[in-house]
Amino acid sequence: MDFSFTPEQERFREEVRHFLDRELPQQEVTEDRWLFGFFPQFSRKLGERGWIGLTWPKEYGGQARSYLDRLILTEELLRYGAPVFAHWFGDRQIGPAILAHGTEEQKREFLPQIAKGEISFCVGMSETEAGSDLASLQTKASTEGDWFIINGQKVWTTGAHLAHFCYLVVRTDPSAPKHRGISELIVDMKSPGITARPLVDMTGAHELNEVFFDNVHVPKKMLIGQENRGWYQIASQLDYERSGIERVMSNYPLFVDIINLAKEEGLGKDPLVRYKLAQLGIEFEVGRLFCYRVAWLLSQGIVPNYEAAMAKTFCTEFEQRLANVASQIMGLYGQLMPGSKMGLLKGRVARAYLYSPAYTMQGGTSEILRNIVGIRGLGLPS
Amino acid sequence: MNLDFTEEQEMLRTMARDFIDKECPKTMVRELEDDPKGYFPEIWSKMAELGWMGLIIPEKYGGTGGSFMDLVVLLEEIGRGCLPGPFFSTAILSALPILAAGSEEQKQDFLPRIAKGQIIMALALTEPSATYDAAGVSTTARLEKDDYVINGTKLFIHDAHIADYLLCVTRTKGWSLPEQGITLFLVDAKTPGIKITPLLTIADDKQNEVILENVSVPQKNMIGELHQGWPVIARLLEQATIAKCAEMIGGADWILEACIDYAKERVQYDRPIGSFGMIQRYIADMWTEVGIAKRLAYYTTWLVEQGLPCAMEVAMTKAWVSDVYMRQARMGVQIHGGIGTTRDHDMGLYYRRARQVTLLFGDANLHREVVAQEMGL
Ligand SMILES: Cc1cc2nc3c(=O)[nH]c(=O)nc-3n(C[C@H](O)[C@H](O)[C@H](O)COP(=O)(O)OP(=O)(O)OC[C@H]3O[C@@H](n4cnc5c(N)ncnc54)[C@H](O)[C@@H]3O)c2cc1C
Repeated sequence: MDFSFTPEQERFREEVRHFLDRELPQQEVTEDRWLFGFFPQFSRKLGERGWIGLTWPKEYGGQARSYLDRLILTEELLRYGAPVFAHWFGDRQIGPAILAHGTEEQKREFLPQIAKGEISFCVGMSETEAGSDLASLQTKASTEGDWFIINGQKVWTTGAHLAHFCYLVVRTDPSAPKHRGISELIVDMKSPGITARPLVDMTGAHELNEVFFDNVHVPKKMLIGQENRGWYQIASQLDYERSGIERVMSNYPLFVDIINLAKEEGLGKDPLVRYKLAQLGIEFEVGRLFCYRVAWLLSQGIVPNYEAAMAKTFCTEFEQRLANVASQIMGLYGQLMPGSKMGLLKGRVARAYLYSPAYTMQGGTSEILRNIVGIRGLGLPS
Repeated sequence: MNLDFTEEQEMLRTMARDFIDKECPKTMVRELEDDPKGYFPEIWSKMAELGWMGLIIPEKYGGTGGSFMDLVVLLEEIGRGCLPGPFFSTAILSALPILAAGSEEQKQDFLPRIAKGQIIMALALTEPSATYDAAGVSTTARLEKDDYVINGTKLFIHDAHIADYLLCVTRTKGWSLPEQGITLFLVDAKTPGIKITPLLTIADDKQNEVILENVSVPQKNMIGELHQGWPVIARLLEQATIAKCAEMIGGADWILEACIDYAKERVQYDRPIGSFGMIQRYIADMWTEVGIAKRLAYYTTWLVEQGLPCAMEVAMTKAWVSDVYMRQARMGVQIHGGIGTTRDHDMGLYYRRARQVTLLFGDANLHREVVAQEMGL
């Protein structure tokens, strides 16, 4: 076993840091920028460097580099709190899904655009009655000549109001058993009949949407993979969604700042504060190394499944503990929101505390992931 | 021993619950979060008519002379409904010190007006030091001719923006022992030199910064004796802490019931989510924890009511109930899935309140330290 990075990998890390030092002025740093930092210009700059779709084949605009390089890149982007939302879903899961299941034409059309940072995706899976039980989804696609006609409603669609395309999961065969009638499509969000309505999260921010589809026409060539085999294709997309190091680094800038605050204010001499921060330090390291393990599996051509579920559960629950401890350490100041007079760290602690319950819902709840670990990982009876 | 509520207390609970459900449903609670005042004067008047503001004020000062346990019953319902407004600031944080240390004249003057809902008051204790001990108080009051002149900054002051009077905790003498030299004043909120700025908080619960610059207060507005204010505040903090615990328990109860309902209603995989072992375990734990919390809180309330020493029990209660409420709110959101994370869902309201309220009067860790000290460690 060898935990070291090669000299080339170390140089790559330096290169990324160099770039970020130059591009990101300090004051921009906040949390959850992979979910909220929508800056297409920044994504395009990354695209110019080949830093989106890093692992994809060169013929589709990628760099054919390893998952360990991608790990280094994403780790640094998150460390700096870089605003990467515009390309994050495309880079993380849609690109790999198209690579795995798409037609040659689809690969040539979408992958280079994603890699250049020119298009953004949203993920249209969940519905009001189909959350954890995704296979119960009811949004329908009927066929009419060369078209699918979509009717139904999605919910919790992150960034639907910003995205160019939706990766949509629909029911194409209502008569089949529920897992066998599902297909995946790419839908242009400008198509007539699509309406996105904002849902406001606990922090007061709008990144979630309800999306309504009313006789939306989608060309049949936008079907990804096989018709009615969508359910079996989704699983690996979800594994990509769950396996990244963002799950342990969403609040990394805050983690650093709270440690610095404890040092400056002398709070770090308080045994309880020391204990709590030390514990978080341990948990962060554990989580980070687990994400390394997952990246290693990917670099070996293995799509992590129960490992991704383990990583996401542990890491997102760590993020919640981090937000909780940070607000405890700040005491009464921990309740002040961004924009408040007297707010320490610009109210970021209170915002983080309010956002943190979402981590253990998005991309599969902790309960569902624990089921995956038990049933698929250990083979326990379901 | 009798570990049940009286019939009157059960009636008070039912009446309070019906009143809050009817007069201030959650839609209005939310409206008030965005409202700069943060309360509805009409509801405030009705609460006074029901005798809530005077619940623990003796009859001779216009109250109904209820017990601390009565108050706990009412506060559980207030916490359950997240009822906004200056009740706690006025009827507890301000009325109790006046009752404990005010002169006969002050009692005659203020308590009946509190009981009738005619005045709103706020306790101006905490400062940028953000602690609840005497050492945290550095706002000064100096005698100049006939008046005291107050200077300093008070922070995290609930309801100061609508208060007619501020009960201001000041330092009138040096620092050798922080507890000595604290004096309390009732300050007319319209006195020149007072500047009030609202804070934006996680629970939108109307806290303020209050800057006092050369604020003159007549000597007759001193509550209790010169330099002797801290014991009054220390006693108040015990009472207020247990009263807040009652509010938290009410909130925790609401969360529990909301989760039970949701677990029965919400179907995934063709079954109510309450049929999954994990969800059952969460809810069973929540029920157990809040049940335990009640026993502890009622015992401590009884000690307070009897005037028995209760420093350790108050600290135990605050530590336990704070942790329970935080966990309850956290699990409440988790059990509701995505919908629980939205601004519009009521669960988020409790999640935000829980974070705020557990910080009040010292968080769980501070109270664990008190328990350790009381245990002789
Ligand atoms: C911030 C955020 C962003 C999101 N972004 C997207 C997005 O971009 N695209 C998208 O399609 N979706 C998105 N989602 C939706 C997310 O995937 C769902 O919220 C999640 O799958 C849970 O579904 P639900 O909300 O309907 O909860 P439910 O499935 O109703 O779950 C309610 C509770 O029951 C539990 N439960 C359910 N089934 C079981 C079981 N079998 N065993 C034990 N417990 C169970 C759950 O764990 C949960 O605690 C997002 C959600 C959030 C909060």
